[in-house]
Amino acid sequence: MRELKIFAVVVALSLITYWGVEPFAHSQMHPAVPAADYTFKDVDGLNGLKGDAQAGATLVQSNCTACHSIESQGFPQLMDNASSAAAYGVVPPDLGSSGKIYQADYLAAFIKDPASAAKVLHKYEDGEVHPMPGYAWMEPQEIADMVAYLQDIAPKEMTNKEVFADACQRCHGIKYGDMLGGSMASFTPAENINAYMGTTPPDLSQYIRSRSVNFLHEFINDPQKHLEGTSMPRVGLTLESETQIVAYMEEIGDSKKSERSELGPKFLIYLVIFAIFAWLWKAKQWRDMH
Amino acid sequence: MAKFEKANSVGEWLDQRLNTTLLNKVMMTEYWIPKNINFLWAMGVLLATTFVILIVSGIFLMMYYKPDVNLAFDSVNYTIMQEVAFGWLFRHMHGVAASVVFLVIYIHMFTGIYYGSYKQGREMIWISGMLLFMTFSAAGFSGYMLPWGQMSYWAAMVITNLFGGVPVIGDALVVWIRGDFNVADATLTRFFMLHVFLLPVVIMGLIGLHFYTLRIPHVNNQDSEDIDFDAEAEKYLSGNTKDAKVIPFWPVFISKDLAVLGIFLIFYFYLVFFHYEFAIDPVNFDPADSMVTPAHIYPEWYFLWSYEVLRGFFFDVGPIKAFDIGLAAFGFANAIFLLIPFLDRDPAILPAHRRPMFFIWFWILMIDLIVLTIWGKLPPTGTNAYIGFAAALAFIVIFLALPIVSKLDAKKRGV
Repeated sequence: MRELKIFAVVVALSLITYWGVEPFAHSQMHPAVPAADYTFKDVDGLNGLKGDAQAGATLVQSNCTACHSIESQGFPQLMDNASSAAAYGVVPPDLGSSGKIYQADYLAAFIKDPASAAKVLHKYEDGEVHPMPGYAWMEPQEIADMVAYLQDIAPKEMTNKEVFADACQRCHGIKYGDMLGGSMASFTPAENINAYMGTTPPDLSQYIRSRSVNFLHEFINDPQKHLEGTSMPRVGLTLESETQIVAYMEEIGDSKKSERSELGPKFLIYLVIFAIFAWLWKAKQWRDMH
Repeated sequence: MAKFEKANSVGEWLDQRLNTTLLNKVMMTEYWIPKNINFLWAMGVLLATTFVILIVSGIFLMMYYKPDVNLAFDSVNYTIMQEVAFGWLFRHMHGVAASVVFLVIYIHMFTGIYYGSYKQGREMIWISGMLLFMTFSAAGFSGYMLPWGQMSYWAAMVITNLFGGVPVIGDALVVWIRGDFNVADATLTRFFMLHVFLLPVVIMGLIGLHFYTLRIPHVNNQDSEDIDFDAEAEKYLSGNTKDAKVIPFWPVFISKDLAVLGIFLIFYFYLVFFHYEFAIDPVNFDPADSMVTPAHIYPEWYFLWSYEVLRGFFFDVGPIKAFDIGLAAFGFANAIFLLIPFLDRDPAILPAHRRPMFFIWFWILMIDLIVLTIWGKLPPTGTNAYIGFAAALAFIVIFLALPIVSKLDAKKRGV
């Protein structure tokens, strides 16, 4: 009984200390932010308009393909990554998957005014402009048509890696994805991206370990909430695409997670058996002591 | 030369040459431990086991780790964590054991303080134990640098900077420790050497010394009763095991240790697999970057109390800079535990619950250490800074009060 009391005191003191230095301290260092919003309520999006994909095709092909490739529709990339980064500041994305990975209202708002939809107006205060011009001069219906077209041509299924490549890799590398081949470096060369962003966007190989899954979702959904003033744009991912990206980061950065969760219980079962035998042996040894 | 006869077994052959039967008696079957003990007496074996886990997992990690600023981070987080079979397991075991070993050290230390197991002949047990604590701290700090993450780098920066506060030679000392003007490749490589060679060797030597210091004064017991070990051993050996106040180390004492160890290992491996972030800080999975200072710099949890003593004195007093006051307090905090046997002026060995004033002193110390630990991690702004200051000041007052407190107890008992 006395041993149990002492044990309870030891456990209580350890738990109080643990609570103080982990959950409590972290709540003080990283105040909670509002939950991620995948409907992008704050943007001036489609406002309920239904688009016509066929009309959108003409609009997209005449307005967008001068800079953007759409490989799947026969509009190849006109320059290699280094040259287009030098020309635009950052490699413009291929539009083939945009209709799937970006939320429709966000996409409409971005086409109208990229910098404000992406929440990076603070980057363009001294006369600099976002590399993509805004299309707010178009009719709302035309914008809706373009979004409908982009949704129409988008693939129905994408791998986690494909979503990552289209949504993140223009700026971010994830080198552990291909340590030997180097194919998972950022598409935009380091010197261009550094000039464009003002800092080199971090390699994301270990972000699944250095940030929690919850933090990653809140951050990607709206970077300004956790890091006010960051030059990382809000990209307007759907929850589904964002989940695929986080899953890819986990495949690369925590590749042994399933092995870990499978092996853990086996270790613990073995140790419980060890502990039972140890207590039985102890009882046997101490039987003649009292 | 001694005369050797033909041996009938390997055991006998060894006994002739190494006297293993006697050795076994002296070290194991007739090494006497008091019977009146609780599970806190098992912490030594827990520590020895955790140290073995650290050594074994460390050997595996060393096979792939590269102590070079350009390679270190990826050698840990890519090669060991993603590529090598079960590399992640050894890394988690090493990281979690390094953290848990301090939890057990603290339990072991405060058990010693509570039961007064540091005085009247047991001073060397305490001193060798505190030397172990210090070398373990150095090993923990040097090991934390090796993955070369953000916190590795910035912790190294902050801690090596402290030596700049040493009068006269401070600046030269910092350069000498770093091997560079900055925390750089030379720093990483030498801390690697300290972590995998010099400190483990010193620790092993100190563990030997620590065990040896127990020989003559013997292990204390729950009621701090003065036991005649020879007479009690006689009783035990004559078969009166029920009345004897002692038990042999092997197998009776160790059987209890192993039972406690069983529970401990369940806890430890649960942390290794499912709850490791407190020990392997997520912040350190960002590679070291000398251009980006992390928003919050803090050491591992087991250093937080002394870090807060350092940081608590945040204002200048007259011509003395806050940094120097903090550093002096930090030096005090790290040296004062070593002196406990001499600060305690009560000549009797008694558990704290039989020393009224000391009992209060003990729990105030525990509360203060927990407050220091928690506030050591919180951002030192607003009220936090003042709570930290009060707790740091209290820490010093608590230790200055120990001679008086212990004297009062002795006086009350009429000594």
